[in-house]
Amino acid sequence: MNHSDSLLGDLESTLKTHARELVENLEQGNFGEAVQLIHELNKARDRGLYHEVGKLTRELHTAIVNFQIDPRTPVAEEVSQITDATERLNYVVTMTENAANRTMDLVEQSAPLVNELGDEASRLKAEWSRFMRREIDADGFRDLARRIDQFLGRSERHAQTLSTNLNDIMLAQDYQDLTGQVIKRVTQLVTQVEQDLLKLMLMASSVDRFAGIQHNLDELLEAKKKEKGPTQAEGPQIAADKRDDVVSSQDDVDDLLSSLGF
Amino acid sequence: MKILIVDDFSTMRRIIKNLLRDLGFTNTAEADDGTSALPMLQSGNFDFLVTDWNMPGMTGIDLLRAVRADERLKHMPVLMVTAEAKRDQIIEAAQAGVNGYVVKPFTAQVLKEKIEKIFERVNG
Repeated sequence: MNHSDSLLGDLESTLKTHARELVENLEQGNFGEAVQLIHELNKARDRGLYHEVGKLTRELHTAIVNFQIDPRTPVAEEVSQITDATERLNYVVTMTENAANRTMDLVEQSAPLVNELGDEASRLKAEWSRFMRREIDADGFRDLARRIDQFLGRSERHAQTLSTNLNDIMLAQDYQDLTGQVIKRVTQLVTQVEQDLLKLMLMASSVDRFAGIQHNLDELLEAKKKEKGPTQAEGPQIAADKRDDVVSSQDDVDDLLSSLGF
Repeated sequence: MKILIVDDFSTMRRIIKNLLRDLGFTNTAEADDGTSALPMLQSGNFDFLVTDWNMPGMTGIDLLRAVRADERLKHMPVLMVTAEAKRDQIIEAAQAGVNGYVVKPFTAQVLKEKIEKIFERVNG
């Protein structure tokens, strides 16, 4: 920006000096000189403009190369970084979804085993109490002994299955390491893209300044405001404690609803 | 008691389905957004609706409004289970006639409380 500032300064001082000389020449009737000065003024303006356009073109080219979206660059055969990032994030979605489903499969397999053991244990406990109170005859006891024997065998088998399932549930969390690495790389790319976009924005603003284009900021802000209504879904809040318009817990939701008469 | 679970993520539908089963509600069906949920509600004898907010196609808040606008469905209890946590949104859902609002991530206990509260009020 410093360079274009000084260029703008040069142009301004040239304009000022020439304008003064132009008025003087016109007042003294030197029309030939005056026309010559107007020509000089035009040349100065064009020179500035050409220079600026040339500089912007170079910067734009660099920015495009940085984005790797120029089909003429040698890396065109490879995917662009953005496409690559999209694929990486899709990979994260797939990995997390698979892990969630694998975990739920194992939980759904395990829950009936635990329930079965619990139910049978309470039934046997009741029978055992009857035995302790001497309310069971010899046949009854033989039956109870047989059921306890079966129960112990089942307990051993189920415990083994449950132990394996718990281990598998733990292993299903290995996506965290892989997706963490992928997300970190994508975060780096986003930061890079943001910086490049900022550069482009600064370039655009210097074009505006040079060409004297004015934007109606109020109108732009108003349009932006309209885009974002209250019904617009925002997804999970990651910094709820830093915002006043967002609840940070279920308790807050309940308080808000009860204040509305719920 | 027949319950429709509406969420665009199959894992979240599965979690809610499992939690409901633990609470004794075994008769559930699933839809992945409002557009597919509404015809199911209109033809399926559902007693209760659990819906997410942010979904492609028809959102949960629009589904809630459609349910309240439907003569045969308008008294159906609706529980919203969503990551949307802006005060304006919760007020909007309340004004649209939601019966309960649970923010994600949630616990089994919270889901249980809200469902019980809704049925207490509906039956009481």
